[in-house]
Amino acid sequence: MSLYQISKLLFQLNRDEALKRAFKSAPQDAIAPFELSEEERRAVLEPDIGLLYVLGVNGQILMHFAAFCGIEWSDYLQRMRDGVKRHGPVRAGIYAMLSGVDEKVAGS
Amino acid sequence: MSLVFSGICSHAPGITGRAERADPALRDPLYKAFGGMRDALHAARPDALIVVAAEHFANFFMNNMPAYALGMAENYDGPIEDVEWLRIPRRTVRGNPDLSRRLIVEVQQSVDVAYAEEWRFDHGIMVPLHFLDPDNRLTIIPGNINCQGPPLTPLRRAWAFGEALRRACDAVPERIALVATGGISHWPATPDSGMINVDWDKDFLDRWVRQDKDAMLSYTDAETYRDAGQGGFEIRTFIAAAAAARGQGTIHFYAPIPIFAVGCTVATMEIA
Repeated sequence: MSLYQISKLLFQLNRDEALKRAFKSAPQDAIAPFELSEEERRAVLEPDIGLLYVLGVNGQILMHFAAFCGIEWSDYLQRMRDGVKRHGPVRAGIYAMLSGVDEKVAGS
Repeated sequence: MSLVFSGICSHAPGITGRAERADPALRDPLYKAFGGMRDALHAARPDALIVVAAEHFANFFMNNMPAYALGMAENYDGPIEDVEWLRIPRRTVRGNPDLSRRLIVEVQQSVDVAYAEEWRFDHGIMVPLHFLDPDNRLTIIPGNINCQGPPLTPLRRAWAFGEALRRACDAVPERIALVATGGISHWPATPDSGMINVDWDKDFLDRWVRQDKDAMLSYTDAETYRDAGQGGFEIRTFIAAAAAARGQGTIHFYAPIPIFAVGCTVATMEIA
């Protein structure tokens, strides 16, 4: 139940082919070893990229999870923006959004 | 022999992964500048290239995060990212563990560098290699400065790391090239991706070109975060390159390319 645990899950998912396969076939089982809150579990399983961003997941981890989920770059950017609109400002970490929720910077 | 080449360049994944979305009037000169750097690098006939990067959780994580690391493997694989996403084919890069060991031993005289006999390259190294060593000919020794997961090493220690690398390169008989990769101001992988503080970038590069150590080391992380974003923390790699080269720099290319999420930079520094 921490930003560290959810970040660790996504870090391992980004680099471990066996975990990727397990996540594709049985996602709930694949994430079971990680101590996640219900909100965090839901964000990963859905996946709710916007909520993961708001929870404070480092973008350098999150963008690869988004790509793994088949989410295209512009969609990835928009989902984070939508996440802030829906869930409020980024709660932790160093990847807080500076621009407004309806602004576009590049690639959106 | 000695350090025979030193340069810095951007490594943003969009440079290859979103190439078609950039303005060709900016993208093509960037690629050309990378080509010029490639030619200069190979003309220096290096026996090995040290790439000092700011990797993005491909190998190192907050369970055991080294401030500094050098690779000591027979070979390295990359990119770790989806090859379709990064649009760089996977390759195995040749290392040299014996040379790595000798360099690490010398660096450790002044900097407690971690070593790694496993290392998978992410875009921080693969984007530069894609342009600088397209035929996969060079022997590579990866280096890393933690620029992603705070607390981060102080800038003056990044300078000391560069000095230690120079001392180590001068202590071995091989010809060593060094390329440091990173961004200047940028807010990568956030909704603000594409935001670039051009004035801040140009001011930093001016300090770098002039080899103005005090000015390069005068930033606080709070100021960098405010003015240059979390991506600005990667100036540590450029600072290390300046400390290693000791000479005057030349900017071959700088332009903000928002879809690449960074002020794209290609520069070299004379070895003094």
